[in-house]
Amino acid sequence: MVVDELSDTDVDRIFQALADATRRDILNRTMRGEQSVSALAQHYSMSFAAVQKHVAVLERAALVTKQRRGREQLVQGNAETLRRAAQLLDAYEQIWRNRVDRIGDLLSEPAKGMKE
Amino acid sequence: MTVLSSQKDPEALTLTIVAEFDAPVERVWQVWEDPRQLERWWGPPTWPATFTQHDFVAGGSSKYHMTGPEGEIAGGWWDNVVVAAPSRFEWVDGFSDENGDRSTEMPTIDGAVTIAEVDGKTRMTTVSTFGSVEQLEQLVQMGMEEGLKLAMGQIDGLLVEVPAN
Repeated sequence: MVVDELSDTDVDRIFQALADATRRDILNRTMRGEQSVSALAQHYSMSFAAVQKHVAVLERAALVTKQRRGREQLVQGNAETLRRAAQLLDAYEQIWRNRVDRIGDLLSEPAKGMKE
Repeated sequence: MTVLSSQKDPEALTLTIVAEFDAPVERVWQVWEDPRQLERWWGPPTWPATFTQHDFVAGGSSKYHMTGPEGEIAGGWWDNVVVAAPSRFEWVDGFSDENGDRSTEMPTIDGAVTIAEVDGKTRMTTVSTFGSVEQLEQLVQMGMEEGLKLAMGQIDGLLVEVPAN
């Protein structure tokens, strides 16, 4: 997937994939290093098949890649796609951080000339 | 640092920013209430805002425009939903065209701010709620100036809600 050409559908997939706590946890773990599906499954009180389904949702959203090595399926987080999704909300975070900075400046001025 | 925390929730499409100021609650409320103070922080420094109307009561509306470096005008409006001095303000923020008429093509953003005293300081929490991922992307692509300057790479924020186990 070419990251700077995400369609609305791609973006929807990313956000839907991230809307689940287990999937965010899987992503968190696989961002730190590749993990087999069976190793991941040990962390959750759900079936191997259910974990596989969560991995498939993440894979469709291009948030992880999966490759087979021997009998294992190895899952690796895809940082590029995640960055693109985060960027949408980051944009708004930055707007508010800048506003807060300017309010701080305003409040630290002497009261002179201010409406009381 | 005045910003204490920020939380991005991709599921609810909300952005929450918590900030703390060394000023009384009433003083922080003024930066919202007084249009002359409001316009000093609402627009980016390169796109300062001018509020031509600020009917800061429940059911009232505000009108503003931001002026770009080349003299471009970006118009906006607020519908003020809850105005409970000095602690709570909820509003809808939208765009308007060059004539000041409300845009029907651009999405709106729901905003809520809570101002409260905590340990002798004033805590201001703002929550922005977006209607859909498409709208959020439209807003970002439209060029909320400061946002677009962002470097990529802040992935930690999205992962912050991951349960620790």
